Amino acid sequence: MRLSRRSTLLLRLAIGVGLAFIYVPLIVIAIYAFNASNILEWPPPGLTLDWFPKAIESPSVHEALLTSLKAGLAATAIAIMLGTLASLAVARYRFFGRETISFLVILPIALPGIVTGVAISNTFTQVLGVPLGLLTVIVGHATFCIVVVYNNVVARLRRVSTSFEEASADLGAHTWQTFRFVTLPSLRTALAAGGLLAFALSFDEIIVTTFTIGAGEETLPIWIFSRLFRPNELPIVNAVAVLVVLISIVPVYLAHRLTREEGGVAAARGGRIEGGGVETEATAVP
Amino acid sequence: MGHRLAGLFHGRPRLQISGLLAGPVGWLVIGYLGSLAVLLIAAFWTVDPLSGELVQGLSFENFETLFNEPVYRDIVKRTVLIAALVTVTDAVLAFPIAFYMAKVASRRGKAILVVAVLLPLWSSYLVKVYAWRTMLSAGGVINWALEPFGLSGPGFGSTAVWLVMSYLWLPYMILPIYAGLERIPNSLISASEDLGASPFTTFRRVILPLAFPAVVAGSIFTFALTLGDYITPRLVSNDQFIGNVIFNNISNNLPFASALALVPIVVMIAYLMVARKLGAFEHI
Amino acid sequence: MRTRDAHPARTAWLIVGGLLATMLLLAGCGSSDSSSSTSGEELQKVGKGEGSLSLISWAGYVEPEWTKPFEEKTGCKVSDKIAGTSDEMVELMRSGQYDGVSASGNATARLVEGGDVDPVNVDLVPNYKTIFSDLKDQPYNTFDGVNYGIPHGRGANLLMWNSNDVKPAPISWDVMLDPKKAAKYKGKISAYDDPIYIADAAVYLKAHQPELGIENPYELNEEQFEAAVDLLKEQRPFVGEYWSEAAKQISAFAGGDDQVGTTWQYQYFELKNAGKPVAASPASQGFLPKEGATGWSDTWMISSEAKHPNCMYMWMDWIVSPKVNAEVAEFFGEAPAQSLACEQTADKEFCTKYHADNPGFWKRVYYWETPLADCGNGSSDCKDYNDWVQAWTSVKG
Repeated sequence: MRLSRRSTLLLRLAIGVGLAFIYVPLIVIAIYAFNASNILEWPPPGLTLDWFPKAIESPSVHEALLTSLKAGLAATAIAIMLGTLASLAVARYRFFGRETISFLVILPIALPGIVTGVAISNTFTQVLGVPLGLLTVIVGHATFCIVVVYNNVVARLRRVSTSFEEASADLGAHTWQTFRFVTLPSLRTALAAGGLLAFALSFDEIIVTTFTIGAGEETLPIWIFSRLFRPNELPIVNAVAVLVVLISIVPVYLAHRLTREEGGVAAARGGRIEGGGVETEATAVP
Repeated sequence: MGHRLAGLFHGRPRLQISGLLAGPVGWLVIGYLGSLAVLLIAAFWTVDPLSGELVQGLSFENFETLFNEPVYRDIVKRTVLIAALVTVTDAVLAFPIAFYMAKVASRRGKAILVVAVLLPLWSSYLVKVYAWRTMLSAGGVINWALEPFGLSGPGFGSTAVWLVMSYLWLPYMILPIYAGLERIPNSLISASEDLGASPFTTFRRVILPLAFPAVVAGSIFTFALTLGDYITPRLVSNDQFIGNVIFNNISNNLPFASALALVPIVVMIAYLMVARKLGAFEHI
Repeated sequence: MRTRDAHPARTAWLIVGGLLATMLLLAGCGSSDSSSSTSGEELQKVGKGEGSLSLISWAGYVEPEWTKPFEEKTGCKVSDKIAGTSDEMVELMRSGQYDGVSASGNATARLVEGGDVDPVNVDLVPNYKTIFSDLKDQPYNTFDGVNYGIPHGRGANLLMWNSNDVKPAPISWDVMLDPKKAAKYKGKISAYDDPIYIADAAVYLKAHQPELGIENPYELNEEQFEAAVDLLKEQRPFVGEYWSEAAKQISAFAGGDDQVGTTWQYQYFELKNAGKPVAASPASQGFLPKEGATGWSDTWMISSEAKHPNCMYMWMDWIVSPKVNAEVAEFFGEAPAQSLACEQTADKEFCTKYHADNPGFWKRVYYWETPLADCGNGSSDCKDYNDWVQAWTSVKG
């Protein structure tokens, strides 16, 4: 788009303000991770490097991180499965209630987490008699993660022509073969983008988790929550938060690289019209 | 085996649809909506004041309290108002960023911005809220920075809740708008420019209408997440929001908590129906 | 492009309608799921440990420093869920997944009434004998003469102020509850964020409006209750912040947001050790404002559905053993329940600072209890906990 010098300048200014808004609190967190005092004051009375080794060595951080990874990966896997199935039905078939599916899928993320959390925990403990634990956390997270996978995949399916699938069927491929060798390859980047976002949602979720987690288990946000209100551990929490952001640069960057052909993670979510990549993959089918 | 099973579905669209939908619809309708229904029927129950046991049966007592006590009306109004303000704020902040990312930035600039916007999603929600708490406190960064100009920050209260929530949910607004803008073909914008429209006219007559559904899609997140949060209000204000009152009632008065929970549910269902009319669902 | 349904909204309504219909149907024929109350028998003999133990506790009560040696000694692997409030503890206990809980007095009666906890056979807890006698057989741990738990530790809700800003030093709660005086510290008052805070107003009214006839600040009739709630509504505009987590109040005092408020010993000493100019009622006033104060006394209780009762009994004995009870008390910042713990504290002055062995101090403390409709004097016109919750919502607005 052709913009005047002044508009470009104004736009840059707006970006500056927006990014400052996003990053100033993160910088403050980073500074407090080096705070020598337990009490958060500004400016910090002194600086120390003590909290990082403590955070890295803490066994409870390791355990919480492991639980979060397990919950996130399992919830993402379920969300990918259910989201892909639903999107295939919606994008490739016509049936009664088709328009309702997207409504149904979005509901769990649109309703307050406290409602979802209590409802799921109630059903498992009171109706099914299953104790709360990692399983219930995974169920809760998967429920509200379906939507991100679903929307990515539906958007992709709408743009990928069905002619390849028809050709595959005409050449005698089974439904499964067509899906495995024609449809799935064209969905790869959409699944990666949706899966990453689903994992991010699960990884930082606290409210549903609070109500569905079992005795003696902690995800990272639960660990943070229980430490947040004990002054002697507050700086470790800040150090952990900084470490998590630093580590997360890797998957975010990789995901971006992976989907760059299509203009970035978010573009894969709604995206623009693309062609080439899909064709080569489709013709690669034996 | 797999092939034979697949053969079963071959040429049977009805069976294919059922096969595809059994999992997700079973999960969401029986699992999720079923759980919600089990929870929400409790809204019609009461708690025996002496024993604390649930009295099951059809009663509208909880709804009467909800409608007749002015404090609950105030809380609902406050929550919806802040949710709306947060949504508008985020839309205003997000649009230029998303626009720059989608239509102005170079390939490299775009890559950096996408990562920059996604990164905060990985830093803990709780740590961010707590950081805001320390920033907003009387001796915090904000007052420290404003003091030389003779100004002071908003302190704790509803303004703080508005500020912090706008901060927390901003990426959820940027991403759908960015994706929506990416979808607008550049040729359409060029056409408008070639036909003599000023950049402002192009923006107002071409870009904005096409991007609007994406803005609505982002607003679903900002509105819904604000409506349900109870941790942020507790950390940066004394004001109660719907989530706080639900939380406070869950352990001793589940029926009343369920009745309260119906409020955000009804509000969100209405919001979603409007959003769908506006075509937002394809942009989430 | 595939065709859309004629009326997209119709399908959405179908969901809503279906949901409502199911709800009404289920509500109408609501057959009760058998009540959980299984009048529990107390254990007669502690047998071999079951290998694990799952607890609900306040933050700081179950820490590796003393759970590791417990695990080594008994083979009971400890897992702990930290609860933020008494309400959360009750909610978690009702799930029936935990063996025990460190309940405060405003949760104990609810747990006993709900059949969530069993009586405790104190003979099986050898260290119980040397627990401070003024903690035994109290209304928040003993019901109808039956012991329901082992006292863990206690604290009083002190009046704390910033000595630079609040002069002269207040000797009464009126500094934050009398509207005329509280107005001076508008926006700088720190009050506890829990329905149980209504009792603080009742303690104040008990001294200042004797005509109300308040005896026990947790047993309030309509008139007394209204008076206490009204007092708090008058206080509302002057409150800077309601706190429910210790760290929140510490940061508010350290950052200058609040100047006077109700606090726990823990926050007071934490701020003092950080060199902040805070003060609390001095020894000359018995360490408390002249009206006395509310306080809390925590009790370890055993779940009626405990899967590891032997381990729970071993835990209850372990946590009140002199050395461990001293460690917990110092870690958390409270007065130990175990009289012999005072010899084991790292800080030799600890028990004196926290008044652990000073019965006179505790006589002026009204420990948290669960408000019940049953007033304890035969009549049942007192306000119950649900009324307290509702009133607290309307106080905060």
